[in-house]
Amino acid sequence: MSRAEPETAGSGTPEAARTPNPLWSLGLLRGELLITFRRWRTLALLGVLAAVPVLVGIAVKIETGDGPSGGGGEGPAFISQISNNGLFLVFTALAATLPFFLPMAVGVVAGDAIAGESSAGTLRYLLVAPAGRTRLLLTKYAAVMAFCLAATLVVAVSALAVGALLFPLGDLTTISGTRIGYAEGLGRALLIALVVAASLVGFAALGLFVSTLTGSGIGAMATTVGLLITVQILDQIPQLDALQPYFFSHYWLSFADLMREPVYWDDLVRNLGLQALYAAVFGSAAWARFTAKDITA
Amino acid sequence: MAPIDSDDNTTAGAGEEPGGGRSRAARYVVPVAVMGLAAATIGLVPALADSGDPDLPKVTAEELVQKIAESDVQQLSGTVRISTDLGLPDLGGLESGMMSGMAGGPGGGGKDGGSSADPSAKLTELASGSHTLRVAADGPDRQKVSLLEDAAEYSLIHDGKDVWGYDSKSNEVYHSTQEGGERPEKDVPATPKDFADQALKAIDDTTSVKVAGTAQVAGRDAYRLVVEPRQKGSTVGAVTVAVDAETGTPLKFTLTPASGGAAVVDAGFTKVSFAKPDASTFDFAPPKGAKVTEADEKAAKAPEPGRKAEGDLAKELDGLKVIGEGWNSIAAFDTGGQGLPTGAEAGGDLGGFLGSLGDQVKGDFGSGTVFKTRLVNALITEDGKVYAGAVTKDALVKAADAAK
Repeated sequence: MSRAEPETAGSGTPEAARTPNPLWSLGLLRGELLITFRRWRTLALLGVLAAVPVLVGIAVKIETGDGPSGGGGEGPAFISQISNNGLFLVFTALAATLPFFLPMAVGVVAGDAIAGESSAGTLRYLLVAPAGRTRLLLTKYAAVMAFCLAATLVVAVSALAVGALLFPLGDLTTISGTRIGYAEGLGRALLIALVVAASLVGFAALGLFVSTLTGSGIGAMATTVGLLITVQILDQIPQLDALQPYFFSHYWLSFADLMREPVYWDDLVRNLGLQALYAAVFGSAAWARFTAKDITA
Repeated sequence: MAPIDSDDNTTAGAGEEPGGGRSRAARYVVPVAVMGLAAATIGLVPALADSGDPDLPKVTAEELVQKIAESDVQQLSGTVRISTDLGLPDLGGLESGMMSGMAGGPGGGGKDGGSSADPSAKLTELASGSHTLRVAADGPDRQKVSLLEDAAEYSLIHDGKDVWGYDSKSNEVYHSTQEGGERPEKDVPATPKDFADQALKAIDDTTSVKVAGTAQVAGRDAYRLVVEPRQKGSTVGAVTVAVDAETGTPLKFTLTPASGGAAVVDAGFTKVSFAKPDASTFDFAPPKGAKVTEADEKAAKAPEPGRKAEGDLAKELDGLKVIGEGWNSIAAFDTGGQGLPTGAEAGGDLGGFLGSLGDQVKGDFGSGTVFKTRLVNALITEDGKVYAGAVTKDALVKAADAAK
């Protein structure tokens, strides 16, 4: 660490070393991000995510090759509009990956965050650095959130490219029947990608909490993804409708409300609020567990 | 990165280490507190936001009804929440499954069947469950109603002569041209005003109308107008209409059944604005590649299954007469057919199934089956006569006896 920071006088004293300065955390985060995104596993997950829009695009292209069909309203959201405007592939791809592919990838990365270090025996060495456990946990969470954003953007950018290659572009019709320009459509697509990334924040916190519970990376990943599947199934059971508004995945598909004109904010706000709540509850639970844990490996 | 300074780190590490069991457990207070705080917020904020009923000058029921009649709100936009609970089994999934099955029949893709953007097909969905609608109106010539669905929307746009229906899920467009400025959704009440108009039509000497205090609806001060049937035997308990104090626009309509419990129909604005809606709201051009069904085209098409059935039904309804008056009106007609086979004689599963849906009743008229919902009951007798109305089972049997 370069202790002689120019802006903070006296940071060279041993006292300052015990309370690490923010730049050091940035270094920690940078290292964490490099480790996360250099893993073959992460790259494979991102590759699978990038392939989904390609598959959807080609399928729609083949299906509508002999002239536009009326559609039937089946399949993921917005799929009937793709053949008329490639930008809709972005929305369809996000709607197709959000229920399972995206959170599964996030679950793998989040579940591995602490437990993976623990099972690889490297957690001890991380804690030897003068960062403190809270700081390490925050860094891990920041890295997982960065992965949420990266994964979503990979899907969106891949879909945008495939959509532009295979289908016409131009002005698009919102689901309310009004028309918006292509530039505004792109803006909404970016906003939707950000909302989708933010939708995963709560689940990422849950995964991180699970990750602090066990010393087995695989176990934490499996538990996190298992929780995802369980909640998705419970969200389909009509008898549980009193509980469902509190499931982290309940408002996930509300991002489609951004394509209404005017935008219908109620469910979007509920979704973001719920994600913030999950992040706060499971983030603090992860902190409580991790800072009180005996690290033996 | 950082040079390991072991002295520092042991200290830093030790500082983070928990003292004992108590402080370990104490850390979990944080997530629990966050959860408690959230639960308290969810529970308390609506209660705090509910600032109680507003103070408004007293009005009589007549004045209030007059105010609704005179209300001349031309420009309005808002969000309406409609919940209907007729006590029917939830057939939502089944129904839509059947619909798509029909649309995707031979020829597929809805090429032969009706367009999924046809308003009459779509708005019957409102008859059950909870729905969010957006309404906008600018004078008698320009209105828009949108039914918000999961990641899709059904919009009905009336702009001058044109009426457009757009179903974003299937990307289908329905178009018809109308003479004059008739509202497209006339036969299906969608806004609280439509419901209120229907209810106020029914006001005569069989009805009591009173003003029961005030309420706050969609952030606006409103009077509560309560309409109740005077007669016994109706399944309608009360109709409550919240009327905007300033403009006289009905903001909320609630129909509670005489049997108590949740409202049968509850339609109210959750957001409302009386400003002129954006002109672009009513602009509609079919999106590229969308399938457009013209209303005339559709009508000209050789007998459609739905239309044929409607024709038959109309023929059957020729013998329709109305027994009783006011709230206790009962529609009676003779199907001319065999009527509904009861229980055992129908044999097989169908008879048992139908029997299980209704109650068997006996009277001077013979025997029959009563099918009940929370609002409308219907008696189908063995000899094929049907009595239906928003009345109790006993009233139906009495009417059938009297008709004998």
